[in-house]
Amino acid sequence: MAPLLEIKDLHAEIAGGRKIINGMNLTINPGEVHAIMGPNGAGKSTLSYVLSGKPGYEITGGEVIFRGVNLLDLSPDERAAQGLFLCFQYPLEIPGVSNMAFLHTAVNSQRKKRGEVELTSPELVRKVRELGKTLGIDADMLKRPVNVGFSGGEKKRNETLQMMLLEPYFCVLDEADSGLDIDALKVVSNGVNALRSPERSMLVITHYQRLLDYIVPDVVHVFNAGRIVHTGGKELALELEATGYAQYQSEAA
Amino acid sequence: MASPAPAIVRPTKTGAELALAETFAAVRASLPGGPDVAAQRTAAFDTFADAGLPHRRVESWKYTDLRALMRDAKPLAPLPDADAKAKAVAAGSLFSTLGFRRLVVVNGTFVPELSDLSDLEPGVTIASMADALADPAGLPASYLGRTVASPDAVLALNTALMGDGVVVHVAAGASIPRPVELVFVTTAETPVAAFTRSLVVVEDGASLSLVESHEGPAGIAYQVNTALELVVGAGATFERVKVTTEGSDAVHLATMLAKVGADARFSNTFFTTGGAVVRNQLLLHLAGENVKAHMGGVSLLAGKQHADTMLSVDHAAPAGESRESFRAVLDGASQDIFQGKIAVRQAAQKTDARMLSRALLLTETAESCNKPELEIFADDVQCGHGCTTGTLDQQIKFYLMARGIPAKEAEALLIQAFVGEVIDAIGEDGIRTALAEATRAWLLGRE
Ligand SMILES: Nc1ncnc2c1ncn2[C@@H]1O[C@H](COP(=O)(O)OP(=O)(O)O)[C@@H](O)[C@H]1O
Ligand SMILES: [Mg+2]
Repeated sequence: MAPLLEIKDLHAEIAGGRKIINGMNLTINPGEVHAIMGPNGAGKSTLSYVLSGKPGYEITGGEVIFRGVNLLDLSPDERAAQGLFLCFQYPLEIPGVSNMAFLHTAVNSQRKKRGEVELTSPELVRKVRELGKTLGIDADMLKRPVNVGFSGGEKKRNETLQMMLLEPYFCVLDEADSGLDIDALKVVSNGVNALRSPERSMLVITHYQRLLDYIVPDVVHVFNAGRIVHTGGKELALELEATGYAQYQSEAA
Repeated sequence: MASPAPAIVRPTKTGAELALAETFAAVRASLPGGPDVAAQRTAAFDTFADAGLPHRRVESWKYTDLRALMRDAKPLAPLPDADAKAKAVAAGSLFSTLGFRRLVVVNGTFVPELSDLSDLEPGVTIASMADALADPAGLPASYLGRTVASPDAVLALNTALMGDGVVVHVAAGASIPRPVELVFVTTAETPVAAFTRSLVVVEDGASLSLVESHEGPAGIAYQVNTALELVVGAGATFERVKVTTEGSDAVHLATMLAKVGADARFSNTFFTTGGAVVRNQLLLHLAGENVKAHMGGVSLLAGKQHADTMLSVDHAAPAGESRESFRAVLDGASQDIFQGKIAVRQAAQKTDARMLSRALLLTETAESCNKPELEIFADDVQCGHGCTTGTLDQQIKFYLMARGIPAKEAEALLIQAFVGEVIDAIGEDGIRTALAEATRAWLLGRE
């Protein structure tokens, strides 16, 4: 079976030449959920941005193969259409663009790029409402401008809604639990778990173990100074909770 | 040898100024109107001749130096022939499906056979300006040049040379649900000039929605000087949207003089995408108390387009509320100027005036310029203004792209949202939709 995603010796810098990703290797097979844990400043968010194509980073080495194509050659929208989804740690507010219009444009842009039939407005609205119900997102939130005036929990539920609607092959969740109380965390992780399937993989980025009680990973990686320094099973998350990252930090140095 | 310094140094007249003087001398006898109108024209032309075309040292024209931008004055457009009228049939297409009452002015002349004058609602009277000027008991005799006083040279030139236009009267208490659309179209194939003047009187308690569109051919350096005088009676409601989609080489100079009575509602929105040089000046006089006035504007400019909006809001009576909300989206090496003056007279206590203008620069060569001005003589007032100039938010653009939306579409969404704040404030559904579509069309046409 071909891996869904292969990161090979990836190196990346931010503008100004500071190296953040430092020889990263990772292979994820279809259906697997991997967790990346690491201290603040380790480069976890940078990894998610580099994968999704955010401007401002320079790839200085290595490659990323995703579903058979070289991901790094694609623009962010092409990566999304190829099936990559980044669940933002801090979803942005977009004044003046209604949530529903945003979802409609996103879905149909992807469909168009893949040569699929675009959804009509009624089809889209029905689908969004159904998914919204499972996440506690009401009609009013769908009419409002994207994320404007949403609480932290509402923003994360909105991210989850987008993910469920867009049905990506690969989801990168960056600190999906930040800003969430326990109830919101349950709603979001139920949504994420509902998406688990033999074809779909996930990369769950977190520096707390708590999230992994709800989204249980198959593999846990310890990430430090821009690369994976240790890999284990789901029990590694609990270990890290008890011992911290100190031992891996020295290992990396 | 000492000689006394002249008090005023009058610069040599430009070619355009000389040509305008020649034109006025040649046509004055044949312009519409009786002796009173002729006297008005002569006085106005003297005002113009004294001042000349506005230039940098005229404060309100500081950023639009017409002396430099209008090198010559084009000949007056001839009366439209059958061919010119045939070309005007499709004009005003932006609103053509909305069933508005279309009144069409071709090359500066009102054309009844292209206009919808049937089944006028009770209380509505419509006439051509040329006919109305010739009628000593007509509406212009009572109102023209008497709404808001202004020494502006471009307005004076309009008064001197006004040929035709539309006069609309709405009787007291008459509510007109069907909007009236004034379609101004230039169909000439050579550069011509048209001076149009319109007058709208909405009597006490009446209501009217007016759309005005101005368009013409690309690649021809025609000149439009158009003016509208408006009187809104006590408790009346008036809404206007003016769309300027003139051809690529046109110079479009527009003046609106509006006098608004007590408890009235006034709304005016400019939507500008076309023309090489566009000037929209609006002088609003809040004559009665408790007026609510809204002024909006959207300029979508590209290439070397230059658009200048000049507002002067005169709060002359207590408890008036004025809101100004302007947006400019600037591509290429275009320039947008916004000058907003709010004056609050001593009598105008409890005035609440707010002005906001925002520009979005899509390139490094585009320019925006904001000049707010407050002149407040009353003490119990709220007055605020703000202006911002910025670029598209790259973080938000990335967020949209990360959801699969291509760069150009992401930009279009953000720009539509930016101007949507103004368009959404328009009362008529159909107009809002048409302007949103026009915005989208402009965005898709961007290089
Ligand atoms: N755009 C940026 N400009 C400057 N420094 C950055 C930028 N992005 C990340 N960094 C720096 O890179 C390092 C890694 O950051 P980040 O990827 O956010 O780590 P993590 O998500 O693991 O906490 C940090 O030291 C951070 O300050
Ligand atoms: Mg982070």
